Amino acid sequence: MTAPVVVAAGLTLSGVTLRLGDGDSIVTALDAVDLRVRPGELVAVVGPSGAGKSSLLAVAGALTTPDEGSVVVDDVPIGTLGRAAQARFRRSRIGFVFQSGNLIPALTALDQLRLAVDIAGRGLGTRDPLELLAEVGMADKARRRPHELSGGERQRVGIARALMTSPTLLLVDEPTAALDRARSQEVVALLARETARSGVATVMVTHDHDVLHHCDRVVEMVDGRLSPQDT
Amino acid sequence: MFLAWRELRFARSRFVLMGGVVALIAVLVVLLSGLSTGLVNDGVSGLQRLPVTAFAFAGGTKTDSAFSRSVIDQSQVTAWRTRAGVADAAPFGNQLVNGKTGRGLPVDLALFGVEPDSFLAPTVASGAALGTTADGIVISPTLRAAGLAIGDVVTLDRIGTRLTVIGVLADQHTFGHVDVAYVPLRTWQQVHAGAGPGDAVRPEAYQEATAVALRAAPGRTIDLAAGDAAAGTTSMTRDASFAASPGYTAETSTLTLIQVFLYAISALVVGAFFTVWTIQRGHELAVMRAMGASTRYLLRDGLTQAFVVLVASTLVGLGIGVAGGGLLSGTSMPFALSAPAITLGGALLVVLGMIGAGAAVVRVTRIDPLVALGGQR
Repeated sequence: MTAPVVVAAGLTLSGVTLRLGDGDSIVTALDAVDLRVRPGELVAVVGPSGAGKSSLLAVAGALTTPDEGSVVVDDVPIGTLGRAAQARFRRSRIGFVFQSGNLIPALTALDQLRLAVDIAGRGLGTRDPLELLAEVGMADKARRRPHELSGGERQRVGIARALMTSPTLLLVDEPTAALDRARSQEVVALLARETARSGVATVMVTHDHDVLHHCDRVVEMVDGRLSPQDT
Repeated sequence: MFLAWRELRFARSRFVLMGGVVALIAVLVVLLSGLSTGLVNDGVSGLQRLPVTAFAFAGGTKTDSAFSRSVIDQSQVTAWRTRAGVADAAPFGNQLVNGKTGRGLPVDLALFGVEPDSFLAPTVASGAALGTTADGIVISPTLRAAGLAIGDVVTLDRIGTRLTVIGVLADQHTFGHVDVAYVPLRTWQQVHAGAGPGDAVRPEAYQEATAVALRAAPGRTIDLAAGDAAAGTTSMTRDASFAASPGYTAETSTLTLIQVFLYAISALVVGAFFTVWTIQRGHELAVMRAMGASTRYLLRDGLTQAFVVLVASTLVGLGIGVAGGGLLSGTSMPFALSAPAITLGGALLVVLGMIGAGAAVVRVTRIDPLVALGGQR
């Protein structure tokens, strides 16, 4: 009898180990990490600097390949893909929200979203960029460039850009690093709302404990290991 | 190309500055090209317009002094006439002389001595054909600037030979920056022998000329080495003989060297700009990498910017250069605009600029998407 196929929607990390450096200076950035994030779930990863939070995002986002363990996104073991295939996978299935938005200076808010479609290939743009900007409260500033936007507005555009291609997995890197308390609450609330609305599996790395109440789950990373109760 | 166009508009002051440098180089390319073409015309247009395949000089003649030192005789002309592949062979005389017009104005002439009934005889645009009178000369139209006209008399210095202008050619004919005057070979031989009016001419002088002018039969080639062995001459193709024009090699090689440097500078300027530009964009390129942008996507983006800037600035530079060069064309400066030369110069600027840009933009292949996460892993 054939075993039933289990579709692992969302993100599944199993026994992921990542070592950085070489020779005597090898550092274990991720140490046998297990993590499961379901579609529509917002998981926050907290921990001190150097704990391995960004490494977790890099591995989950197919930006680097772990030394051990498996990374599965939507039933695709992305750790085994070649670099070109990983890039293809990223542009179609993974959205990134970076610190301070990391928007392209030459582009208006609207064009930031169109760029995501252009990179992914025109056929993959499944959402209307103006509609999406309206969804994140930025429709009236669609023609403005990053230097004409506040930090919170840039992050809103960054979130909309990441959702533009309807990704399966949303990886968010310190979204409130450059924001005041009020803007931080707004941005993470927006992330939580969009995660629930679009059904994307979201992993957010943050130092900001004030925003954790918006998250479905919080895991702590220390010295490359996730806190036991959350694995 | 989505991002390329928008960045060109957004950072237009930077691109205009870089394009301005390329445009200035394009202007220089046009001016140097015009000067180069003008100098070639001034140096060898008289030879270029001869219906000649090759010249056979006296045996052992060196290229750089061929037209001034070589003396051949009629027997060598006869020997060449019988060679396979030779349709025509005729004596050709070439001598630089100084003289004065009837109004006392000094004039320099490159006297081309040809038999009026040979294939070398020029076609006049106005006046009478060569050979109509023994002392009649047919001149390059550029001599009109010196004040010469049909009917004027030029008296040669030292020997006092008087030559009368009977015809004018259609196009510029110059040799070594000196205007050409065709003269019947017999008169040329008297001048070459240094015999003035009334002077006795040694009989063998009428057997002499500078070289044997050869014309190949249609579809045939001339075995120059075998002909040289049979006739006791040293022959070279017409184009190779250009190097025998005074100053020709030095002038053309100097200008060519300057042009080569200009192309290299252009490629380096473009390469340096796009290196800095790519480094400045490092973080946003990493963001696009993280978003899944392929190497081809990023390369195409960078190279499109380079191509647009190069083509636009080269066209602007060529336009300014042609306009400025047009003003120089009517002056005494040896300057002539040549569409093929300008097109080639512009194309080289774009191609070499693209190579420079390509060497810089290829850095995008080494952009690490992890930088988008701050590089902290």
